[in-house]
Amino acid sequence: MSEQTPEPPPGSSPADPDPGGQGPVVPEPAAALAEVAASSPENPEALPENPEAPVDRYSRGRFLLTAVVEGNSFTVTILAIVTALVVGGLLNAFTNTTVLHAWGNLFSAPGNAFAQAWDTAAGAYVELFEGSIFNPHTVAALFQQASIGTAIHDGYLSAVFSPLSETCVQATPLILAGLAVALPYQAGMFNIGGQSQFIGGAIVATYLGYGVNLPVVIHVVVCVLGGFVGGAAIGWLVGELKARTGAHEVIVTIMLNYVMQYFLAYLLSYHYLMQGPSSTNQITANIAGNAHLPLLFGSNLRINAGFLIALACAAGIWWLLNRTTTGFEFRAIGKNPSAARVAGINVERNWVLVMLIAAGLAGLAGSAVVQGTDFSLNFQSYGTYGIDAITVALLGRGRPAGVVFAGLLFGALHAGAPLMQAVTGTPVDMVEVLQAVIVLFVAAPPLIRAIFRLRAARAGGVSLVLSKGWNS
Amino acid sequence: MELELKGITKRFGSLVANDRIDLAVAPGQVHAMLGENGAGKTTLMNVLYGLLQPDDGEILLDGKAVRFHSPRDAIAAGIGMVHQHFMLVPVFTVAENVTLGIEETNRSGLLDRRKARRDVGELSRRYGLEIDPDALVEDLPVGIQQRVEIVKALVRQATVLILDEPTAVLTPAETDDLFRIIKQLKDGGTSVVFISHKLKEVQTIADTITVLRRGAVVGERPPTATEDELASLMVGRNVQLRVSKEQAKPGEVVLDVSGLTVADQTGRVRVNGLSFQVRAGEILGVAGVQGNGQTELCEALMGLRPAASGHVRLDGHDLTHATPAQRLRAGLAYVPEDRQEDGLISDFSVADNMVLDQFDRPPFASGINLNLGAIASNAAELVREFDVRTTSAQVPVGTLSGGNQQKVILARELGREHKVLVASQPTRGLDVGSIEFVHRRIVEQRDHGVAVLIVSAELDEIYALADRIAVMYEGKITGFRPPTVPAEELGLLMAGGSDEVYSPAPGQQETEIATPTPGAGTPGAGQ
Repeated sequence: MSEQTPEPPPGSSPADPDPGGQGPVVPEPAAALAEVAASSPENPEALPENPEAPVDRYSRGRFLLTAVVEGNSFTVTILAIVTALVVGGLLNAFTNTTVLHAWGNLFSAPGNAFAQAWDTAAGAYVELFEGSIFNPHTVAALFQQASIGTAIHDGYLSAVFSPLSETCVQATPLILAGLAVALPYQAGMFNIGGQSQFIGGAIVATYLGYGVNLPVVIHVVVCVLGGFVGGAAIGWLVGELKARTGAHEVIVTIMLNYVMQYFLAYLLSYHYLMQGPSSTNQITANIAGNAHLPLLFGSNLRINAGFLIALACAAGIWWLLNRTTTGFEFRAIGKNPSAARVAGINVERNWVLVMLIAAGLAGLAGSAVVQGTDFSLNFQSYGTYGIDAITVALLGRGRPAGVVFAGLLFGALHAGAPLMQAVTGTPVDMVEVLQAVIVLFVAAPPLIRAIFRLRAARAGGVSLVLSKGWNS
Repeated sequence: MELELKGITKRFGSLVANDRIDLAVAPGQVHAMLGENGAGKTTLMNVLYGLLQPDDGEILLDGKAVRFHSPRDAIAAGIGMVHQHFMLVPVFTVAENVTLGIEETNRSGLLDRRKARRDVGELSRRYGLEIDPDALVEDLPVGIQQRVEIVKALVRQATVLILDEPTAVLTPAETDDLFRIIKQLKDGGTSVVFISHKLKEVQTIADTITVLRRGAVVGERPPTATEDELASLMVGRNVQLRVSKEQAKPGEVVLDVSGLTVADQTGRVRVNGLSFQVRAGEILGVAGVQGNGQTELCEALMGLRPAASGHVRLDGHDLTHATPAQRLRAGLAYVPEDRQEDGLISDFSVADNMVLDQFDRPPFASGINLNLGAIASNAAELVREFDVRTTSAQVPVGTLSGGNQQKVILARELGREHKVLVASQPTRGLDVGSIEFVHRRIVEQRDHGVAVLIVSAELDEIYALADRIAVMYEGKITGFRPPTVPAEELGLLMAGGSDEVYSPAPGQQETEIATPTPGAGTPGAGQ
């Protein structure tokens, strides 16, 4: 069972009269149906046609309530994040030597033991928050300035927004690469190749960045397009192999990750290829200033046009999937390729197209990193974006809006991590743990339901792909 | 063991799926539960099997009240169930499947495969099941897989065996075999609860027939009750079992198939030089035991499978190498054999499914933009016209009953311009009411001058619809007959007897199906 959009209750008509407050009294055919379906999934007969049943009309508030009580995918996701924060806090507290020491003296000073544990866990999260969203100290500093003019000129104002800016900067490649996983997921494919496609895009964007001379505006546009093409080429290869030979995209993308990783290392090892002329390290020359993605709010904040590109791509993918014939075909081959084929849809061509677009998005992630923050390409520029993209897409339940939120969340974790480590000594790896635990809980809705005693409801989205595997 | 259900009630929200149902199954009796899809048969059996908890009422075994919290309890109490969809591991052998979950080990702590094989072999002999314990389940035809399910229940000492729509997936010959097995089980003292919506079968096999409608028992009849009586009990109104239709007025040849040869994935020729023509305003019924190339024929007609040789022409245009999309545009309408797999995207809404093959054309799309309004209004119109019972056109089509799903497909295919209708097993798994509806629509198409090709394994359906009958056997047409031909003659043609002298031993087909030789792959089985 799938949910295309979170908001409208299944089967509600747009002209829902919405009687409002009478919620709990109204019988609920949709919920009843869902329950029947959950209890005996493969029984068409267990879903009795019931033309006399009152047509579903229950209010939005009522829907929210059922959503929370029944633990649909959205609630589960939120609760998974909460649970992960708790688990992360415990982990953080009880690996800290001070805390462990205090707990050693639990019976002589119980208050101290709990206080230490709380302080450690909470302290780390406070710094994480200050590093990624809002730091009250910067506001205090802002108000100590003589005039607004000096505050702006000396960068105190931008310091206030610096954490948010960092979050957006970190989120940009995550959103783009996350979309590169989410789109194929909607079309029934699993793109593990974010890394190779990222590298492909980054190579082309970087080369165009330092290798050619173009006027202002045009240069940056050419580089961004180049990033898309660089990624898309890799994706096209994957799609074409699947369409022509049946090679499974999971295998091919994983293998291409290695291929591109070493191809990049090769390119960066020779001056006549892409290694910077004055460098002995595996790094390219810096790209031209014209190729930099423009900063959005002045030179003190790193947030750049790449973030807007990411948001535009998310909106574009939503539009593509839900409002166009191409997206209809993508979703159709994702849900049931044989029925799609019978209906005259060219399944193979769509495979190629999906992989091409998705990989192009991953390529854009590469271009966003090179042109937005790094300005050069080294043998580690691809970082863990390929894998993080999968987590982002899973947390976002394979939907563009979800990917944006998941990307921002993980972006915030990444942005806040350095401050957390600097101030509290909590290792930045803590962030990886949080990411992993969040996804673990998201992937196991029954676990979350058990913890929070929610009624089992429609299982959907991510759990499905995880429990059913690739070929289902 | 005597099984009794008293006042079983099961509600889903406001919906009462089972309303105070009483049922008594005597030992060694075949008790049929007859009812349309959605009448509550399966819900009742799920209650009995411990999958669902009743809201009210009780289950009595030999007069003692019992409660089943899970199928485990039900199995322990001697109740076995064979689901409509088999619960087998395809890559395991029969013996492994049977012992799965109750594996026994030998002294050294290893799986006792020999005992498992012996048990299966022994049961198989006792009930004449003819199962090879070492065969891989995936190699077995559907009919044999079903027997494996039965053995699974018997090994767990089931004394009450529930068969949920057991014949839905079987060929006529396999059905006969199943009935033979049921009789043997019955003689051995096992009670059988036989769930079905097929009147003829129920009359053949049952000792008592309980009819369910809208979750309640509406009557109990002996098997001698007439078909009409049972049908009207089941549907709640008088049902016309025979479609009334005028004499056909065939026009020009519309669909012209000549020398069509089609191979399957393994390269085996499944359709062998087939030639036939369908005229406007006539129904050609293709009869035959399933797996004799009918599936491949339909797929080749729709461009889903390449033709090795031969031609397919529609109105004189050669479509032999056209893509499925081109054929649909050219005026072919197609009702696929497996509607869940090939006909519908069950997660998509009813509305989306109704435009599945024309979403990219006006009025449903302009350029690459979908016109959601047009899709919705099209759905509203078709839902009304085809009487699709659904709470809304926006619900996933998978939540509809089988009959309504088929209506969605018919609505889609007949809703656009077409000259030829190819319908494969159009009423498989449907209840009497829906069958009547589908048949009426098909005859209506013919009367509107559409050339109709019906492929069906059910002789009743062929007789009811066809103006001309073609019989397929091993990829060839063994003969054309008028619909007045006696069933015996068709049966002979279906078993390979032909107009020519060529006539292998009749009944060969049956033995082939019954023999579980791995790899021999009875045609069409297990797909």
